[in-house]
Amino acid sequence: MKIVVCVKQVPDTKNGVVFNPDGTLNRGAMDKVMNPDDKAGLEVALQIKEKTGAEITVVTMGIPDADAVLREAFAMGADKGVLITDRVLGGADTWATSSTIAAGIRNLDYDLIITGRQAIDGDTAQVGPQIGEHLGIPVISYAADVQVEGDSVIVQRQYDDRTHKLKAKMPALVTCLAEEITPRYMTPGGIFDAFDKEVTVWGRNDLKDLDDGDIGLAGSPTKIAKASDKVRKGAGETVNLDPTESVKYIMDKLNEKHVI
Amino acid sequence: MSLEEYKGVFTFAQQVDHKLEGVALELIGKGKELAKDLGTDVTAVLIGSDVKDLADTLAQYGADHVIVVDDPKLKDYRTEPYAQALTGVINEFKPEIMLVGATAIGRDLGPTVSARVKTGLTADCTSLEIGNFPLNAPEDKQKKNQLLMTRPAFGGNTIATIACPDNRPQMATVRPGVMVKCEPNKSAKADIIEYKADLTENNKYVEILDIVKEVGKKVDIMEAKILVSGGRGVGSAENFKLLEDLADAIGGTVSCSRAVVDNGWLPKDLQVGQTGKTVRPNVYFAIGISGAIQHVAGMEESDIIIAINKDESAPIFEVADYGIVGDLNKILPALTEAIKAQKAEA
Repeated sequence: MKIVVCVKQVPDTKNGVVFNPDGTLNRGAMDKVMNPDDKAGLEVALQIKEKTGAEITVVTMGIPDADAVLREAFAMGADKGVLITDRVLGGADTWATSSTIAAGIRNLDYDLIITGRQAIDGDTAQVGPQIGEHLGIPVISYAADVQVEGDSVIVQRQYDDRTHKLKAKMPALVTCLAEEITPRYMTPGGIFDAFDKEVTVWGRNDLKDLDDGDIGLAGSPTKIAKASDKVRKGAGETVNLDPTESVKYIMDKLNEKHVI
Repeated sequence: MSLEEYKGVFTFAQQVDHKLEGVALELIGKGKELAKDLGTDVTAVLIGSDVKDLADTLAQYGADHVIVVDDPKLKDYRTEPYAQALTGVINEFKPEIMLVGATAIGRDLGPTVSARVKTGLTADCTSLEIGNFPLNAPEDKQKKNQLLMTRPAFGGNTIATIACPDNRPQMATVRPGVMVKCEPNKSAKADIIEYKADLTENNKYVEILDIVKEVGKKVDIMEAKILVSGGRGVGSAENFKLLEDLADAIGGTVSCSRAVVDNGWLPKDLQVGQTGKTVRPNVYFAIGISGAIQHVAGMEESDIIIAINKDESAPIFEVADYGIVGDLNKILPALTEAIKAQKAEA
């Protein structure tokens, strides 16, 4: 069995964000990590590998430095890595990104494709389902548990107030939730091997069945009109009183605003 | 096909178990405003099995027309038949705008359908308006009457406004709890258009083996007028009793921050914030909540924010209307008693 796991190197938003003048993200200026939902997806693939001996190929799209996220995946136990990188692919929205990654995956053999639900930079949750759509295979998003049975995949799919247990014929695509799946750590031996392994690098010309009108900034149907730091409403008043006075203060405000 | 042939604002009227989601009505409310600016009207798209009787409710909340796709295959949500249904509607009726709720269903259906009809999709929008694009271009270089879709990104650190100038429909998923429903007109009857979608089974049809609903009383924090919300500072699951007592006294509902869910003190459906729910109650009590940006993103639209925290440098005080530096263990019981006493007098 062959599994493709899509991972994204994302800026660590804990330390703030930096923009280019055109409103796109200056990824080079920020710390980077493997996107948490993608890491959960890789963990699911590794668990399937332990049971079935599946081969795992990790695919990422990004700047040349995104190689690092593939090394991390190797250190966790992935077998092969593909980096899709080319200047003409930059600035892509979810349509152009999913078109590009789907074209890359067409170069590979796969039974199961696993992605994270969403990336912490864009928070769109769109690229996974759209890759599946481009490839014409069933998609199950928001997976809390994934098991392979014969030629099918059985998934616990989370909704707001319920879980559906779903069965899809492979090849299929599943998107995973970090809240439900705890990834393993890299092993020392894995880290050592990770830097000897070869990463396959594909540029635009290695991607077949991909129209020039569907890639990069120019091939993105959505365009950024503006991007900015969020403007928040200012602070009100803060008081530091003893408990009795505090209660009186709150009661006055609640009465003033006719809450009670 | 020219872009001008696409007309009208369409909204996806999500129903689950024959019950319309709140966001379905919120989308119609927002859709009315957009339609007014464009000189067009609002059509709700209702998809399911035996759901036609819900159409009048959609009309009461402002839908000018309701397209109903009704088929036994659409009983429980599955991506492929719902995508076939909505894609069929878009290709047949050609809306210029298609809005979908950013629920666990909408964020599955939206990307699938937008890729299938080859248009852009902006995720999890918190503001929508009609304007010209690019924003600062000379007027003769601008495209008029574009949908400008605003959304938070990068963990709530930034806000971006997105347009989809060259593809139709302009599609957005919209965060539940942000847009405002219309006042219902109880006598309205729906103008129903029944549409028979091509629901041919293919390799993308999945089989539902089981459906497990979450047990216990279901509290919808998005509907609450007053929320008494606790964070890590509450200290323990047991100590949430203080918040429950206050909520009972004032007629509110208990909610919480992510830390509380991560500690197993309260279930996830009570969580406010980026990875939980967006709420906009009349009053939001933030008790022992530090005010991480991801939490603030889910509650900052509340009318009145009252924060109680013993750490005077907590960022929650930067968004609170009224901040009280102090010990929640002392303040809450006294506050609960004061409210009870006043209500007893009244």
